[in-house]
Amino acid sequence: MSVAVLGIDWQTLADAVGLGAIYALMAVGIGLVFGVLRLVNFAYGQLVMAGAYALAFASERGWPVSVGIVLCFAVVLVLSLLMDRIVFRPLRAQSPAVMLVATFAVAFLLQSIALLWFGPLGKISASLATLNQPVTISGVDIRKIAIVATVLTAACLLVLVLLLGRTRVGLHMRAAAMDFRTAELLGVRAGRVIGAAVLISGLLAAVVAVMLTVQTPLVTPDFALRDTIFVLAGVVLGGMNRLVPATLGGFAIGFASGLLGGALPTDQSQYLPSFLFAAVILVLLIRPGGLFTREGQQAVERV
Amino acid sequence: MRRVDPIIQLLAPIALVALAALVGTIVSTSTETYVINALVNVAIVVALYVFIGNSGVLSFGHISFVAVGAWAAGVLSMPVEEKPAIMPNLASLLRDHTIGNVWSLALAAAVGAAFALVVGLPLMRLSGLGAGIATFGVLEITHNVLRYWEKIGPGLNTFSAVPESTGLLQASLGAALAVVVAFAYKRSRFGRLLSATREDAAAARAVGVSVYRQRLIAFVLSGALAGFAGGLYVHLLPVNTESVYLDLTFITLAMLVIGGATSLWGAVVGALVVSGVDSFLAEAESGIHVFGQSLDLPAGTRIVVVGALMALVLILRPAGLTGGRELSLWQRHPLRVLTKFAR
Repeated sequence: MSVAVLGIDWQTLADAVGLGAIYALMAVGIGLVFGVLRLVNFAYGQLVMAGAYALAFASERGWPVSVGIVLCFAVVLVLSLLMDRIVFRPLRAQSPAVMLVATFAVAFLLQSIALLWFGPLGKISASLATLNQPVTISGVDIRKIAIVATVLTAACLLVLVLLLGRTRVGLHMRAAAMDFRTAELLGVRAGRVIGAAVLISGLLAAVVAVMLTVQTPLVTPDFALRDTIFVLAGVVLGGMNRLVPATLGGFAIGFASGLLGGALPTDQSQYLPSFLFAAVILVLLIRPGGLFTREGQQAVERV
Repeated sequence: MRRVDPIIQLLAPIALVALAALVGTIVSTSTETYVINALVNVAIVVALYVFIGNSGVLSFGHISFVAVGAWAAGVLSMPVEEKPAIMPNLASLLRDHTIGNVWSLALAAAVGAAFALVVGLPLMRLSGLGAGIATFGVLEITHNVLRYWEKIGPGLNTFSAVPESTGLLQASLGAALAVVVAFAYKRSRFGRLLSATREDAAAARAVGVSVYRQRLIAFVLSGALAGFAGGLYVHLLPVNTESVYLDLTFITLAMLVIGGATSLWGAVVGALVVSGVDSFLAEAESGIHVFGQSLDLPAGTRIVVVGALMALVLILRPAGLTGGRELSLWQRHPLRVLTKFAR
């Protein structure tokens, strides 16, 4: 059974949706922090990488999966709070470009710490490998991870929507994302809002780490680096200033690269990044606010 | 007194380059390679400075100009009989011709400038984050295309068999040339107009300066310098797509930021200081003896140290080691930092 167009089979389609879901979560993680801090976190992928190493570490010692996941969450959360405290907080007054350079430095720093600590060869995270096996749904084999990723992402997004829409801290975060200074004047506490954004973004990075290690069990220092670059492209494509467009952009990039990577022959799919980034540049030039934003919602950098 | 300052602003970086070259002549051959590499880095960082420093706009894309420069010089200066082994799918025009060292460097600069013009025409409308991400996109595209398009280069292979003409002399002359060009640009009408747009874009526009045009001029000039530096680079060591990608982008940006992005002096100091630290650590990674102590650092220490150094400088001294100022005997410039980039 296959979809007629391009000879894509259902399995490729499901995998593409799964990858899109994972990228959507990363996009939310990056977008949340961008909303309140105007900070594009290039080092987001290294949070995921750290979580993946925690999982691999637990898996190599034969610890149960649950312990590995708890360890992964702990490592990622501590690291993201540290990153905020040590690097982002002192740089808060700087221009977005300086902060981007700083996160670039942090990304390289963390990557080489991983290289120092664990070596270039990488570690295997095998404890969740069963999720790579397929289930058969009406004659079609679909990998469990594709389903798990989609469901988990949907659940995370639902919780996030409720959090942002129904709670006080969510309201404050939305206000801060809209206009930080006015929100602060009206009594929104900057530290708490930023802390919440960093915390949630860290939680999402940990979830992503769990799912990505199923997709790619070999954890190396440049784990999730390419994914981060793709997601950043997606976030810009969708519209950096708003969470929903950013998420859609992340999903679109993951879905497209999963689908085209699976469907096109290698000699065409190898140029996929070029087309992707050409699209990003085009969007930046023509619709700087992003593809999925309406007119009048264009991103304005805080001065 | 005021007349002396510009002379010092040119001579100080040149003297530093000459000093590095002098160090290169007295050390062992293996250390000399580090010195030559440091001098090529000076050329790259000065190229970055011409655009980033004077305009205050971030660019992650300059290493793609280094890459196309390296490709142009490497492909055309490799001996014809070596080409089929390394570049089997090369277009016939490139396959059958070889040019000399100096011509290849000139070609590298021309290709770098041409590419920068093509990229800059649309991109110079952007600034801030948009510019950062779009230029990063340029780096990704260039890397991706050079990696797989085997008609114009070695693809995944390495540029071996390119004549290794970048010795100490060529590297120091190249670095000095880059410094002189950057200095001349900074002192020219164009350079002054561009720094005016950096300090206050609205005011510069109000007196009739075209921000777009001034940025484009600087972008093309720095593209030429970066391409030229790429030519030097490919004549120094066997380059491949990975050696002109993220790592080099990171380290050269770190050099610029650590030295102080808004001054030529800062660019040269940053390039040499970070190269020095980096080479020392690289040597230490393979085991050395310092003051009777044996030092053996694990692989990866270099980037950790450079990354930490860069983060520290950004946090503690965002204008860089030199404060982003040119060297001045009378310290007439106020200490405060005005520039957009470092605020």
